[in-house]
Amino acid sequence: MTSEAIEAPATAKTAVPVDTTSISAHQRRKLDRSPRSQIVVTAILVVVAVYFLVPLYWVVIAATKTTGALFSTNGFWFGGEFALFSNLQQVFSYDGGIFVRWIANSILYSGVGAVLATYFAAAGGYALAKYEFRGRQLVFGTILGGVLVPGTATALPLFLLFSTMGLTDTYWSVLIPSLVSPFGLFLCRVYAAASVDTALLEQARIDGAGELRIFHTVVLRQMTPALVTVCLFQVVGIWNNFFLPLIMLADQKLYPITLGLNNWRAQVDRLPEFYQLTTGGVLVSVIPLVIAIIVLQRFWRGGLTEGSVKG
Amino acid sequence: MTATQPGSGFRTSTKATSAQKRAPWILLAPFLALFVLTFIIPIISALFQSFTTVDREGLFGEDGVTGRFAGFDNYVTALNDAGFVGSIWRMLLFGIVQVPVMIVLCTILALLLESASARWPGFFRAVYFMPYGVPGVIATILWSFLYVPGLSPIVSLLQSMGLQPDFLGANSVLWSIANIVTWTYTGYNMLIIVAQLKSIPGEVYEAAKMDGANAFQVAWRIQIPLIAPALVLTTVFSIIGTLQLFAEPQILSTVAPAIDTEYTPNYAAYTNAFAFNEYGVASAQAVIIALAAFILSFAFLALTNRPPKDDRDRRARAKRDGLEARRALQGRAPARPVVTTQAAPGLQTAPGLQNGTKGADA
Repeated sequence: MTSEAIEAPATAKTAVPVDTTSISAHQRRKLDRSPRSQIVVTAILVVVAVYFLVPLYWVVIAATKTTGALFSTNGFWFGGEFALFSNLQQVFSYDGGIFVRWIANSILYSGVGAVLATYFAAAGGYALAKYEFRGRQLVFGTILGGVLVPGTATALPLFLLFSTMGLTDTYWSVLIPSLVSPFGLFLCRVYAAASVDTALLEQARIDGAGELRIFHTVVLRQMTPALVTVCLFQVVGIWNNFFLPLIMLADQKLYPITLGLNNWRAQVDRLPEFYQLTTGGVLVSVIPLVIAIIVLQRFWRGGLTEGSVKG
Repeated sequence: MTATQPGSGFRTSTKATSAQKRAPWILLAPFLALFVLTFIIPIISALFQSFTTVDREGLFGEDGVTGRFAGFDNYVTALNDAGFVGSIWRMLLFGIVQVPVMIVLCTILALLLESASARWPGFFRAVYFMPYGVPGVIATILWSFLYVPGLSPIVSLLQSMGLQPDFLGANSVLWSIANIVTWTYTGYNMLIIVAQLKSIPGEVYEAAKMDGANAFQVAWRIQIPLIAPALVLTTVFSIIGTLQLFAEPQILSTVAPAIDTEYTPNYAAYTNAFAFNEYGVASAQAVIIALAAFILSFAFLALTNRPPKDDRDRRARAKRDGLEARRALQGRAPARPVVTTQAAPGLQTAPGLQNGTKGADA
């Protein structure tokens, strides 16, 4: 009990994005490392890094080859004609540029979905953290249960429900389920309870601000670190989702990039030139994701989830 | 404790206005409406569907379909389906091997990255985390190319060393899937653990050093116990993720004949629903998957939330002491029994007494 009380403010502190390499404990301990253990540890880290990089390295190489060279030359090094640009040109022009459409769809689904989902989760999480009202525990408990429900378990009945509403095979069928993030609401509630200053809320009330206005002007600003994290989680979640669009969408024009590339890959057995379309498409779609992940890495704050198991 | 809820005293003293009473519901409304639409209604309708069976008139149901209550028939069908039951056992085997391997791997990586001996920890952290941004579908496409003989440089490398690797065979493909899942999620779980490691105050390490602890003792006795909550969290999410496995086997099935349409529970439900139009059985399977996720997650949480033994003993002692103290109090002040019973039940008195016994022990 006492440990929770101590940890709550700490959660708020760790959630502020800081350059994590500048932690002083680490620096201090750096002073007493032995050269031998440094070599051993770094060697292990390098080997593991090779494992994580191999598939991406392979696709960079593969995207530069012609279909023939793909099978006849060493996969770990360039070989044959350098065909990267003709491959990429094919990727972008095939079927009237449907690849660009898939990318645009993915950006639409994950962009709109994540921003709105974060806003709704913030409003709900703040309400559950800072207001006393009847049914609060019931509402929170029900939503918490939603965190544990596998997404694919609801996808099937959701498809049946949407098909009676005539929503399947539309943008809405993928967008609407993307707007709800029980885990996001849970994070927002934890964060709002620890970091939104109640005295400031009372001050705003005394100044005559309405409750919604307080939320939009005072609360959202204080919750920004949590909002960034929730939003990024949701972007990745929607971008990577496969099952939901797979069952909801039939029209290729509505596909997100994951579904589209899988569609190309499924045709390689019949038409070998799809190898080049698939590897080129994978390369183009992965590069921005990898850059985004590395740049935004510090925002994936595990610190936000610290208290979650105890709650 | 007062810092987290300083306003509660204030709010009880002034009566909440009607606007303040309405506000939480207005704020919750959009989330709740969508939550009901995409969680509550589908779950209820899945439950409903799982107890219904559809009778088709005519050969293809062209003369109309009627639903009727079927009791547990769909569950019996689902659980008598050897393919579906086999897929559950397969996922259990998968989970028992893959989840611990991944958790151990990401813990070791986190400890190494946070150790004094690691060079360029920021670079390695970014490299390990990167696969999390690669969608599971694309990761599977990439690895499937690395599994297929003729295309894969890994296979040809092993062949040149005289080995005959078969990544897509009946016995090995499950572990090829495990490799894809591990590749995708290890870095993400590692980041959660790194964040927890960073929250350990430096003084703890200083104290351990003064006591002469070496790096292994620090990791085993100090860091691992302190990151236990993060380990629990990542394990629970990994269990849920394992039960949902779908994209990886579905995509690999085109290159691995060993993967049938009931390879994972989710795949079986998908096949029943969209290939056979057996919505009732598919819903029963979805309910079984969700129940399994609940049961496994709660079992794991219950297992790990047990306080350590000496802590339990202390709590039991505190409770006994508390009962004695209460009895003594009641004996002394019989005029105010209501107040005593209100204050005494539950654990409210326990923390104070616990501190008391702790002091006595020391």
